Amino acid sequence: MKNRANKLIISTFVVLGASISNATELSILVDNSPDTVALTQALTSAYSKLNPDITFEIELRPGGGEGDNIVKTRLATGEMADVFLYNSGSLLQALRPSRTLEPINDLANFSNILSSFTSTVSDDKGNVYAVPIQTAMGGGIFYNKRVYEELGLKVPKTWQEFMENCAIIAEKSKSAPIAQTYRDTWTSQLLVLSDFFNVQAEKPNFATDYTNNKANFATTPAALRGFEKLQQVSEAGYFNDYYGAATYNDGLNMVATGKAAHYPMLTFAIPSIKLNTPDYIEDVGFFAQPGDDADKNGLTVWMPAGYYIPKESDQKEEAKAFLNYIATVDACDAITKAIGANGPYLIKGCTLPDNVYPAVKDMLPYFQEEGRTAPALEFLSPIKGPMLEQLTVEVGSGIRNAQSAAELYDQDVAKQARQLNLPNW
Amino acid sequence: MKSSRSYPYWFILPGGLVYLVLFLVPTVAAFWFSLTHWDLFETRFIGLENYYQFLREPFLITGVVNTVIFGVLTSIAKSVLGLLLAVLLTSGLLGQSFLRTLIFFPVLVSTIGVGIAFAEIMHPARGMLNIGLSYFGIQGPAWLIDPNLALFSVALVDIWKGVGLATLIYIAGLATISSDYYEAARIDGATKLQMFFRITVPLVRPATVTVVTLSLIGGLRSFDIIWAMTKGGPGFSSDVLASVIYKQYQAGFYGLSTAGNIILFALVAFIVIPLTYWFNRREVDL
Repeated sequence: MKNRANKLIISTFVVLGASISNATELSILVDNSPDTVALTQALTSAYSKLNPDITFEIELRPGGGEGDNIVKTRLATGEMADVFLYNSGSLLQALRPSRTLEPINDLANFSNILSSFTSTVSDDKGNVYAVPIQTAMGGGIFYNKRVYEELGLKVPKTWQEFMENCAIIAEKSKSAPIAQTYRDTWTSQLLVLSDFFNVQAEKPNFATDYTNNKANFATTPAALRGFEKLQQVSEAGYFNDYYGAATYNDGLNMVATGKAAHYPMLTFAIPSIKLNTPDYIEDVGFFAQPGDDADKNGLTVWMPAGYYIPKESDQKEEAKAFLNYIATVDACDAITKAIGANGPYLIKGCTLPDNVYPAVKDMLPYFQEEGRTAPALEFLSPIKGPMLEQLTVEVGSGIRNAQSAAELYDQDVAKQARQLNLPNW
Repeated sequence: MKSSRSYPYWFILPGGLVYLVLFLVPTVAAFWFSLTHWDLFETRFIGLENYYQFLREPFLITGVVNTVIFGVLTSIAKSVLGLLLAVLLTSGLLGQSFLRTLIFFPVLVSTIGVGIAFAEIMHPARGMLNIGLSYFGIQGPAWLIDPNLALFSVALVDIWKGVGLATLIYIAGLATISSDYYEAARIDGATKLQMFFRITVPLVRPATVTVVTLSLIGGLRSFDIIWAMTKGGPGFSSDVLASVIYKQYQAGFYGLSTAGNIILFALVAFIVIPLTYWFNRREVDL
């Protein structure tokens, strides 16, 4: 790094202290969620065991938009750590990867990384910038298996069936049919975002047309459906009491304990459920957000975050050697040991233990059958409007209807596209 | 006097340098960046397009209206309550100095901390406030999640937090009023109420000017308390200009959010400069 003294001042968390003479210390910046920290600690200490002359200094940053700004600012000022964790997909493009990041195509284990991941962390010249540290995730609906069992319900294959299940839950049990948690506004987007498998099933070219300003949410009925579904469940009164003040963790606790029967969420929540309510993790199941046709039932998939190396790092070789290790089966096993296996890995040869949690088990069949997964829109298009979470809060709270929210979202998308300097906007 | 300058140049230099580097340069730079497309890595001059885009923001009107409501409401409440509390706390109560310390206490606490704490206190089901109200048989409202109420709930907390400072300024102001006036009034048989409105209120005017101006500027650019409590929500219902700007910044629209800041600067100046002018003129009239 440019400024060693500065780095010492900035760093707050030194996990592996005591630098040995002629040892190299790599700094690594990750977000402060408990899972990320746990698995970064596991990976760095496993690597240091193999390479005793490499030590790590783990720095933490907040997640969400605030974290994005820290990453952008540190990259722009040349103060980035030697390795940092960041999202794949649309958020990456705002970092100007070809200008600020080091390509990793020349890693010895590069071919171990599945192309479904590399395609979401590359630029238009084919340079790839990240190695994934977690598993692929599904966006869909967590459900409480005990509530389903007591009421004799079946996992729905169509939206119609889902609504019927909700009606039965509302009538015959004390559980809220659906948990919503708008104190953490980002959680309100899931019913729209997880519907993308269904959008693509009906309109296979939607992502391309959307990027090229030829299709939008308000005028494409298939894309509007996500907003409509949210409006429909809100109007039916299926949400928990005071959902406006509930948090993400409230939502996980509700679906785990059965206070709510469903919680639309990404499967990255599984380690948190395990952490918050270990006694209930076996009660939590998962299914894809159903569409209108039972024959086209599949899962919207999110790619995990990965480790990146900034161009400015003066320890690129050491950092690359570390990333090369991340792309191995050993590294996957270290992750599984640290936080459990939460979905299919994106490194060739990595396997899951037999005793995965039910929610993970429910998710795997989608990946095993051809044509039952589709990437979320943010991995197919660089444009995601930043206002979506406020708009979905409005639809879910009954302040605005689906059509109007979709129209405003289209305006928001246009603004983002212009900021990214995309052609046709 | 020979020269209007009281200090040699070398004496002004350190202050001048700090002013130049930390205030003048960033201000000029902000005007420049507001005219560019800026992604932190490079800038491209685009003229007034950011201003055009910002003024077309769908929730800008909500934001401006909320900003003015919030600023005016908290400013009026702080000065009225501040004066009443100052009168109370200068009336020779038992433990007066302890009570004065107590009312200033919220001013010292971190705004973000207050916001997070009150978000819990105002939780509609498990919050202390509604549980307290339920003992009196009152069903408390959904303070922060009712779109029609959220802004006012935040304003309430802001008033509680800021009233201590207003009180302090008023206490200082009251101390400057000579007791001769009250004595003379008492001899003339004025009532307490007459004394308050005819002596205290007019003579405490300099303090009122300070309190109103400070709290209005503070209220108009208020951000931290709103962000900590509602993030401008539910939806956009408690958005103010500052939170609209912050969201642009968070989304990576750096040029656009800089343009928004310049507009906020213009709005505050547009309201506060005439107000100060008006206050000062009235003072001369007295």
